[in-house]
Amino acid sequence: MLNTNNPTQFALPSRILHWLMAACLIAMLFIGVSMVASLGDYHTLLAIHRPLGILILLLAVFRLATRLLTKIPEFPTAMAKPERFVAKASERLLYTLFFALPLVGWAMLSAGHYPIVMFGAVHLPPILPAKPGLYATLRETHTILAYLLFLTFLAHMSAILFHTLILRDGLLNRMIPWSVRAAEGKTRM
Amino acid sequence: MNTSESGQISQAPIAPLRGAGLALRLSAIAGAIIVTAGLFLYAGGWFTPHKLTPAAIINTFEYVNGVHPGFRRNHAKGVCVTGYFDSNGQGQAVSKAQVFLPGRAPIVGRFALAGGKPYADDTPGNVRSLAILFKQPDGQEWRTAMINIPVFVVNTPQAFNEFNVASSPDPATGKNIPGAMSAFLAKHPETAAAIKVIGQHPFSSGFGDSPYYALNAFRFVNAQGESTPVRWSVTPDQTLQANSATATDKNYLFDGLIAQLHAGPLRWHLILTIGQPGDSTADATQVWPPDRRQIDAGTLTINTIESEATSPTRDINFDPLVLPDGISPSDDPLLSARSAAYSQSFTRREREHKEPSAISTSEVEK
Repeated sequence: MLNTNNPTQFALPSRILHWLMAACLIAMLFIGVSMVASLGDYHTLLAIHRPLGILILLLAVFRLATRLLTKIPEFPTAMAKPERFVAKASERLLYTLFFALPLVGWAMLSAGHYPIVMFGAVHLPPILPAKPGLYATLRETHTILAYLLFLTFLAHMSAILFHTLILRDGLLNRMIPWSVRAAEGKTRM
Repeated sequence: MNTSESGQISQAPIAPLRGAGLALRLSAIAGAIIVTAGLFLYAGGWFTPHKLTPAAIINTFEYVNGVHPGFRRNHAKGVCVTGYFDSNGQGQAVSKAQVFLPGRAPIVGRFALAGGKPYADDTPGNVRSLAILFKQPDGQEWRTAMINIPVFVVNTPQAFNEFNVASSPDPATGKNIPGAMSAFLAKHPETAAAIKVIGQHPFSSGFGDSPYYALNAFRFVNAQGESTPVRWSVTPDQTLQANSATATDKNYLFDGLIAQLHAGPLRWHLILTIGQPGDSTADATQVWPPDRRQIDAGTLTINTIESEATSPTRDINFDPLVLPDGISPSDDPLLSARSAAYSQSFTRREREHKEPSAISTSEVEK
């Protein structure tokens, strides 16, 4: 094996999962925040919210596996140490929330004595015993984590826009779905 | 350590941005953040504080009744029961739900008085409710919250919220607000019509001899995939006795139920009323014509009674949209609103310290 170098981009499955999850998560955040303030659309939104949450949990499993099993691209050379640290920490936070939000939602419905309905006759088993105080805590936690995810998403979006529009260092290339060749005059050989 | 940098994205010599170009790009970024955050907050109702929300509906209950921590914000005074449903298989004609296959499904339920005051005295005219949870063998659930009036008094969540204020005593004075109800009825002829229908169905003497109506229409879907509008109710096997004119005790309705259940089980028939094309499914104030086909789907037997203090049913939300496959919501706007408001009430009460119910363990055992 001659080429042990890190790639220019994340592995293709990671990139596909990134954009797929981005779409699901943004939809989910908007569904969630609308749902709790809605009377007429509450039921329809909730009926989407539950299975979409479980889909996100499944995607998160694949995403983490892909992340751990594939090589990841380097940060741009000019990126300072503290910024690299923040980038890595925010990635960890996002991954944690990808798992925590659906699991807390599932646990919360379990503790609240609700059936965990997916679609039609398909439903999931409870993952916790029904317990009133626990339901209340998990319900609160679900909201706090959702707002935290939204803020982290905003920060993530701001950072990538800053790199793409101001620094123009090609950071976004690492994650765009199509392939970017290393030798297109943008990469130092 | 990397020995090569071939994988790195370099900073090709790009001239730093200055002046207008930089300002434009920075404003584009700021704009993107503001728009995204703004849309999110808008979706959450932050810019429409006067929009009716589930929280606002429950706030109205707290306004008219006071806050009684740990209790349901409506139907606050209640007692828990268990039993079973014996399906005769007739319901399969309209629904593929497992609960309608011939056989027995366990049920838990709760009898209660409408209103948000957990220690209110029982009165002959207070609306009574029966909530039931059917547990199917496959784990799916059917929850229904029924009351002893044949039609509901309003047909939209907005009207419900206004009705709640108009029909309740002013929390400040304890007296009904003069003219509030007549003003509401003038605006809502459907409520006036519904009250007339309700008046034609006098209340029974107690919980045990009363019918209970689910009020809202639902869509039943059978194994052939046919969708049918259905309203259901339960009718008592117990002989209907005339309502008493006055209350004999602050808990006389509940004590009557407790005594009946200590003497033996109580039974109701689950009646499915089948709507015809043209019957309104979106208006809970309207009755369907009396000649509509009815299916007796089986018998509900209630045989144990327990105080909220010890029953897990205290912590069940009888959300009318917890439905098994084979029963779906109709276009009735009250259904989603009920689901949302029940959830709000549930979330509030589950984080509060629980006070003993008026119908205590010793009350149930006496």
